[in-house]
Amino acid sequence: MSEGLRGVVVCHGALAAALVTAAEQITGLTGQLVPVSNTGCDPGTIEARIAEAVGGVPAVVFVDMPSGSCLFAAMHRLRDQPNVKVVTGVNLAMLIDFSFHVDETPGEAAARAVATGERAIKAP
Amino acid sequence: MPIRLCRIDDRLIHGQVVLGWARSLGIGDIVLVDDDVAASAWEQDLYRMAVPPELQVEFVSTEEARRRLPDWQNGPLAVLILTGTIETMARLLADVPHPPAVNLGGIHYRDGRTERLPYLYLTDDELAQLRRLRAAGVEVSAEDVPGAGAVRLESLA
Repeated sequence: MSEGLRGVVVCHGALAAALVTAAEQITGLTGQLVPVSNTGCDPGTIEARIAEAVGGVPAVVFVDMPSGSCLFAAMHRLRDQPNVKVVTGVNLAMLIDFSFHVDETPGEAAARAVATGERAIKAP
Repeated sequence: MPIRLCRIDDRLIHGQVVLGWARSLGIGDIVLVDDDVAASAWEQDLYRMAVPPELQVEFVSTEEARRRLPDWQNGPLAVLILTGTIETMARLLADVPHPPAVNLGGIHYRDGRTERLPYLYLTDDELAQLRRLRAAGVEVSAEDVPGAGAVRLESLA
């Protein structure tokens, strides 16, 4: 695992692993993003998977939906941890950008991720 | 308007509930029965985020839910009652005349539970608790999403 912020990607099904693989293929940077799936988990197990992935270090947790079991688990476990920020609506653009800015604070990185992710949504 | 669905789902309000069941059953009111959530404003805010504005959502304790069951059964909105555990549902429906049927929607793996269906893991004690509920006159079946096909409790081993 590289120094700096950790990105934890929490999604339904196999989406997180696919996003992390795609981001790593594009950036060539590995070890910064950790995928977590909610498949087959009760809420306590999702929370435990997320906590293990964060590992007690400063992190941004990227969640797929702005509601639902992945967000609830992340917020339930992490909302009192000042060094962890949660961002919903994860997309590939924000993960790629995050990978190049892991030296920021969790708050700065989360705000950057929201801005980058929103800019990537267009209807050309 | 009758209670259209009583569901046990340890993820509480999530996509299968809001986008699957509520939409297909024309639900107007989701009632989440959970003593912890009923006492936690921030958790209620989180769950509200999952519910579209046209749907009403209520957070009530088990005791309040028991008192209000007749209101929901006779009210103007189609109601979906949701609990996270078998125990809460059993407490809610204990000694209720003409109890509504119970849907097992998602009880996931943890230590001591055995897979009964891909979305349904139960300990032997939990299975026995469901059978007691059935013996008390409550119809119990499992179905995670609408149209998947209900699996009757009697066929779960």
